[in-house]
Amino acid sequence: MATGTAQAVKGAWVPHRPRNPFAEMAGHLVRHPVGLTGILLVLLFIVLAIAAPLIAPFDPVAQPSKRLLPPGGQHLLGTDEFGRDVLSRIIYGSRVSFQVGVISVGIALFLGGALGLISAYYLGLVDSLVMRVVDIMFAFPTIILIIAISGVLGASMTTAMIAIGIVYAPIFARIVRAPTLVVMQQQYVEGARAFGAGWLRIMLRYVLPNIAAPVIIQTTLSFSTAILSEATLSFLGLGTQPPDPSWGTMLGSGRKFMELAPWVAVYPGLAIALVVLGLNLMGDALRDALDPRLRRGLT
Amino acid sequence: MGRYLLRRLVLLIPTLLGISALVLVLMRLLPGDAVDILVGPELVLGPEQRKALYRLFGLDAPIHIHYFNWLIEVLQGNLGLSVRTAQPITKVIMQRLPITIELALLASALAWVIAIPLGVLSAVRRNGTLDFVAHISGLIGLSVPNFWLATMLLLVSSLYLGWQPSLIWISPFKDLLANLQQMLLPVLSLSAVLMAVVMRMMRSSMLEVLGQDYIRTARSKGLREQAVLARHAFKNAAIPVITVQGIQVGYLLGGAVVIEQIFGMPGIGWTILNGIYQRDYPVVQGGVLFVAVAFVLVNLLVDLVYAYLDPRIRYD
Repeated sequence: MATGTAQAVKGAWVPHRPRNPFAEMAGHLVRHPVGLTGILLVLLFIVLAIAAPLIAPFDPVAQPSKRLLPPGGQHLLGTDEFGRDVLSRIIYGSRVSFQVGVISVGIALFLGGALGLISAYYLGLVDSLVMRVVDIMFAFPTIILIIAISGVLGASMTTAMIAIGIVYAPIFARIVRAPTLVVMQQQYVEGARAFGAGWLRIMLRYVLPNIAAPVIIQTTLSFSTAILSEATLSFLGLGTQPPDPSWGTMLGSGRKFMELAPWVAVYPGLAIALVVLGLNLMGDALRDALDPRLRRGLT
Repeated sequence: MGRYLLRRLVLLIPTLLGISALVLVLMRLLPGDAVDILVGPELVLGPEQRKALYRLFGLDAPIHIHYFNWLIEVLQGNLGLSVRTAQPITKVIMQRLPITIELALLASALAWVIAIPLGVLSAVRRNGTLDFVAHISGLIGLSVPNFWLATMLLLVSSLYLGWQPSLIWISPFKDLLANLQQMLLPVLSLSAVLMAVVMRMMRSSMLEVLGQDYIRTARSKGLREQAVLARHAFKNAAIPVITVQGIQVGYLLGGAVVIEQIFGMPGIGWTILNGIYQRDYPVVQGGVLFVAVAFVLVNLLVDLVYAYLDPRIRYD
């Protein structure tokens, strides 16, 4: 703002350039103990996902030992019904979860974000049409629509990611559309237009930095629900297929041996709960930090 | 209120048409030959039989004609026949519906009974120990997958308490006590998330109301704190919490798919999921359509209650 004012005094007005929202949010998160706990939990699983081949004691699909060995010795979290190391499968399972999270939320963000921007930029018939489609998508309970799409397209990790991405897209369309409408009416955007700035320049330079905060919060929250959705699908046999180590698949197949070997069902579920908790803590802290009303302690 | 109701009902029509169109398109997206998928690989069909099946499923017509014909049938309450059992889908849904409704109602009731007082107390004793414990429990409740919680509850009850719920459905009209015993674990598994959501919403809504001027006025009049909280704060704070229930119906219906499967309860969710497993797509189509329409109607009902309780909504 200072730059804008200074230059305005000189007579050469330039549109306002918003502060860097990413740096601002990272600062809030690190100072917030709840947010910091969330970041650390998520970081732990990111490290596990990236360094899985270095950290995992065994190949996740190899069957090196006896079936259903209890935790201890060579197998810290025991072995499953095929003699596979549960810890190694959980470590590799974090790869599946993060891959699904990144790709499905990426699809949702791209599809929904584009629809939201187009809707707010063109308004009129385009806006009405897009928003009606969004309303219709919202009319379905999310997990039922995800299950139906995955069931129809065939059970696999790829269809799970597509289904989750499509079903979460409307949330991003709404999240992007509302602030874009506000930004588009600002004087600095009018000014930029008067200076001959094109659609792409206005979007990239003025709109995107202004809508970044709500989009980042929604991305964090959607990431956790995407991981949960994939785990649910895989648990039901409609997501990642065996022998690939998805936490949901592990829990789904381990459930049958639960009374004999509880560890095959306990630990994969714990992994899901911890990573989702980490993402929720991060999302909560971000929301608190960015909403002035909430910053006063309303949640 | 009448005008508001009329406006909402008119807006409902395009949404319902959109839902039905999306459900039909979804089923037309089946990869490969739809008839082959529907009858399964074990059955070899002659060209005449194939033609007859195409006609039966409406697949011989262009998509818009197929949609129109299907919609006419749906509006008459006919959702078609199950490919596997040849039973009318509407009848199947009506048979299964009470199980899902009971599960959803009990889960909601449990969540409200626990979450509302906890949310109010958290707000009143803000930043205290109870508030902290409730905050952390809420976050854990939101993070634990319901299917894992269900699995753990089953594990603990069978391994440590030596008790397992019956896996054969018992109607509450036949044996209410046995039915409630059977419902205990599924209801607990399904209500955890709802409890967390309602508790958090109640707390933030109560905090917002407690900061209002009229609460200060009530206190300065010398009213007892309990009266201020119950008569002035809670009544107003509870209104927005009602809307959460509308949104959560979607969660309850979705969660029911998993929970019914785990506990072997043949409700709507179980029917949809088994329709997918058995490639009985007309059942999936009918089930998903029914659930979506029910979700929209419940949300409309919640909105109407909200508008009735808070006149600002209907004059907006």
